[in-house]
Amino acid sequence: MSAGLNLTLHVWRQAGPNAAGRMVDYKATDISPEMSFLEMLDVVNERLIESGGDPIAFDHDCREGICGMCGVMINGAAHGPMKLTTACQLHMRTFKDGDEITIEPWRAAGFPVVRDLVVDRSALDRIIQAGGYISAPTGSAQDANALPIPKQDADEAMDAAACIGCGACVAACPNSSASLFTSAKITHLGKLPQGQPERYRRALSMVAQMDLEGFGGCTLFGECQEACPKGISIDSITQMNRDYLWASLTKREEKKVAGAG
Amino acid sequence: MTVKLDSKIPGGPLAEKWDAHRFEMKLVNPANKRKYHVIVVGSGLAGAAAAASMSELGYNVSCFAYQDSPRRAHSIAAQGGINAAKNYRNDGDSIRRLFYDTIKGGDFRAREANVYRLAQISVDIIDQCVAQGVPFAREYGGLLANRSFGGAQVSRTFYARGQTGQQLLLGAYQALEKEIAHGSVTMYSRHEMLDLVTIDGVARGIITRDMVSGKIEAHVADAVVLGTGGYGNVFYLSTNAKGCNVTATWRAHKKGAAFANPCYTQIHPTCIPQSGDHQSKLTLMSESLRNDGRVWVPKRREDCGKHPSEIAEDDRDYYLERKYPSFGNLSPRDIASRAAKEACDDGRGVGPGGRGVYLDFADAIKRLGKAAIEERYGNLFEMYERITAEDPYTVPMRIYPASHYSMGGLWVDYNLMSNVQGLHVIGEANFSDHGANRLGASALMQGLGDGYYVIPNTIGHYLASNKLGKVTADHPEFRAAIEQVEGRQRRLLGIKGKRTPDSFHKELGKIMWEKCGMARNAKGLNEALQEIPALREEFWQNVTVPGSGEELNQSLEKAGRVADFLEFGELLVTDALHREESCGGHFREEHQTEDGEAKRNDEQFAYVAAWEYAGEGKSPILNKEPLVFENVHLATRSYK
Ligand SMILES: Cc1cc2nc3c(=O)[nH]c(=O)nc-3n(C[C@H](O)[C@H](O)[C@H](O)COP(=O)(O)OP(=O)(O)OC[C@H]3O[C@@H](n4cnc5c(N)ncnc54)[C@H](O)[C@@H]3O)c2cc1C
Ligand code: FES
Repeated sequence: MSAGLNLTLHVWRQAGPNAAGRMVDYKATDISPEMSFLEMLDVVNERLIESGGDPIAFDHDCREGICGMCGVMINGAAHGPMKLTTACQLHMRTFKDGDEITIEPWRAAGFPVVRDLVVDRSALDRIIQAGGYISAPTGSAQDANALPIPKQDADEAMDAAACIGCGACVAACPNSSASLFTSAKITHLGKLPQGQPERYRRALSMVAQMDLEGFGGCTLFGECQEACPKGISIDSITQMNRDYLWASLTKREEKKVAGAG
Repeated sequence: MTVKLDSKIPGGPLAEKWDAHRFEMKLVNPANKRKYHVIVVGSGLAGAAAAASMSELGYNVSCFAYQDSPRRAHSIAAQGGINAAKNYRNDGDSIRRLFYDTIKGGDFRAREANVYRLAQISVDIIDQCVAQGVPFAREYGGLLANRSFGGAQVSRTFYARGQTGQQLLLGAYQALEKEIAHGSVTMYSRHEMLDLVTIDGVARGIITRDMVSGKIEAHVADAVVLGTGGYGNVFYLSTNAKGCNVTATWRAHKKGAAFANPCYTQIHPTCIPQSGDHQSKLTLMSESLRNDGRVWVPKRREDCGKHPSEIAEDDRDYYLERKYPSFGNLSPRDIASRAAKEACDDGRGVGPGGRGVYLDFADAIKRLGKAAIEERYGNLFEMYERITAEDPYTVPMRIYPASHYSMGGLWVDYNLMSNVQGLHVIGEANFSDHGANRLGASALMQGLGDGYYVIPNTIGHYLASNKLGKVTADHPEFRAAIEQVEGRQRRLLGIKGKRTPDSFHKELGKIMWEKCGMARNAKGLNEALQEIPALREEFWQNVTVPGSGEELNQSLEKAGRVADFLEFGELLVTDALHREESCGGHFREEHQTEDGEAKRNDEQFAYVAAWEYAGEGKSPILNKEPLVFENVHLATRSYK
């Protein structure tokens, strides 16, 4: 066991959505390098509660880097300094004794702060509602092997489908754009034959919803790709733009037929 | 016996029961479906699939989850895969074989009819998921790939890299979001269910807390479906997500729902060992790793401190291969876990505290090449390295068992309805299909089977067969329930003691793990039955919960869940003490064969133990549902 770390944290505290926030300093002493970043926050919170203080609210659940619930800015980087790593999987051995660590919530117009480090990411769900699915009601499927899919297409779909919806891409983007998130879903579904019937409709409505939620436009800075804990490639944004453009050029009136739907 | 346990298993031959039952069940007229309001608590595989499918049928659905988005339910973390009797490999699989493997894997403590239906439905699940765009692994020919899992000798597990649960859940989540957009599902994220409301014994709604505003609210419905997951976190350290809790099912239990087989808990053999007291959860390394990894410990105690590369081949004990030659490293979970514990108890464990065994890929890398192993398990190896700072390509992984899954849960009949009319329970939250031990890749199958195919059918039958009066949230039962929930919350906030909710949870977990974990005996269980109530009493006098109820308050959420675990833990231990046999995940040291294998007692214990709540401070009442086996022979489970 290596010796415990003594750290100084600068943490964003905000009592509620409409309250004013501010940075507050905390000493985190005797932190084991084996701890995850969130376990370090647990220790700080336990000590705060025991001394009558107000623990720091932060979102988390799986602590395995897959649910996408955790996510904070650590020294200005979404999920902290380690590439391809969520905050819950970041370990304290990444830090040195005496380090100062600034911890802030995701900052984006589309993600209002709920409390301290907790933000409201429901806008991402609404982007999915706008078309991030394949309409295949339960019971309507044919045999799973009836439609072979080239391995490479399935693999590329999987690469994009690995998105955990944490919002790090938005937080890292200078424009607070949700393009990487949106395009990952468009790419996942668009690579598969099952996704073709709704492909262009999907691109139009998901992009429209993204704009409506107050996310900024994409100017291909590439910060999102750097911050993404799942390594989603910025190529998916190119794919989205292509689908969107094609959809806008070829948009057909959708006929409302009585008895349909 | 006071509760009536009617399993409602349809008559007729096993293979025709579900088909015949579907024909016999009543239907709701399509035009009337939207007049029915169904509450689904949970948006995991079971809940999301159920909510989406019922909405597609036309029901008016409300869905609740404690996370900020339905996509984050704990199902997202499942890694290895999902079983289905597709027999795409032509290796002798069939519905009957999946059925038999599951019954046997569960150590003959599950209902035949439910398990057979699950095996039948398994085939449709894969079709449905592919249609939704789930990117399962494929062969170069474009067809679906399979892998093997523990407890089976056929290759029937479908997977999406090491993220099968994520992809299946995203499929169900996207279907759910589609229905939300359509307006027939209302989603309540960041809402925690804190009570069930029954009127004249019929479930008519729930009480929730809006976790952002703190508002306690009543929701009225014609039927309630719980898909709230398992209670593995009663051990504090487990592979479950931090928020997984027993609250929803426990509160339903206190409102009359029988809790079945709580002592059937699964300890998963391949988790990353604990690194210190700060540990907040344990990380699973998928069972699929046992396809290519070999489990071993040093033969001699004095070698345990050595670097594994310094331990010669002859000095290694590949104990699973030695003890269970036909299943070897793919022995079922309960058996592999206990074998690891035995090796460590024997002083031959490795790593900090001697609580670990090696899972070694050197042979597989030699045989298949590093690239093939990377392709199969790359993301798991990365995860391991991130957590332990060791490279499993060059140093064997260290693993140790951890609490993982709960086979027990609320008692349900064949229609997945509890003994409380109108209260249905799906997914890990019910007890139904896995007996005393669940096989790998079968929970995803069950969650989706319940959600996509069973409940959308059986709910219609319930609604069509019962005349439900109109009820509003002003009903005295709703008001009483709200008052009760608010009162309890005030009490938690008012104690202002000295200890944090988490410190109590940790202490409870320690009692549960040491006295009611992988191996149990009467002495330890009786001690636990003293220690848990004492700890509970201290909790209610000495816990401290900062802040107020009218805000986002994670300490308050935690305290409520810990309070429920402190009650539930006692029931789990009570069940473990009463079951004087060893079966599946429940190993009573008093009941073992000479070579240390589990010894079942079919004469006396071939039943489901469904516990009934008898009131504050009273002993729970045991009800028994006998298990009748007409299609399989109750054999001694052997993987030798
Ligand atoms: C690490 C890991 C790996 C696994 N791998 C596999 C695998 O490879 N194959 C396999 O078959 N199985 C696997 N399992 C098991 C499987 O993932 C679970 O059993 C299954 O996903 C449970 O699904 P569920 O829908 O029943 O519940 P969950 O997914 O746990 O969902 C519970 C839902 O209920 C909600 N909820 C809970 N309590 C409340 C409350 N009080 N109020 C409101 N909402 C509430 C939650 O918000 C959530 O939406 C794995 C499990 C773990 C832990
Ligand atoms: S807590 Fe789930 S991704 Fe970090």
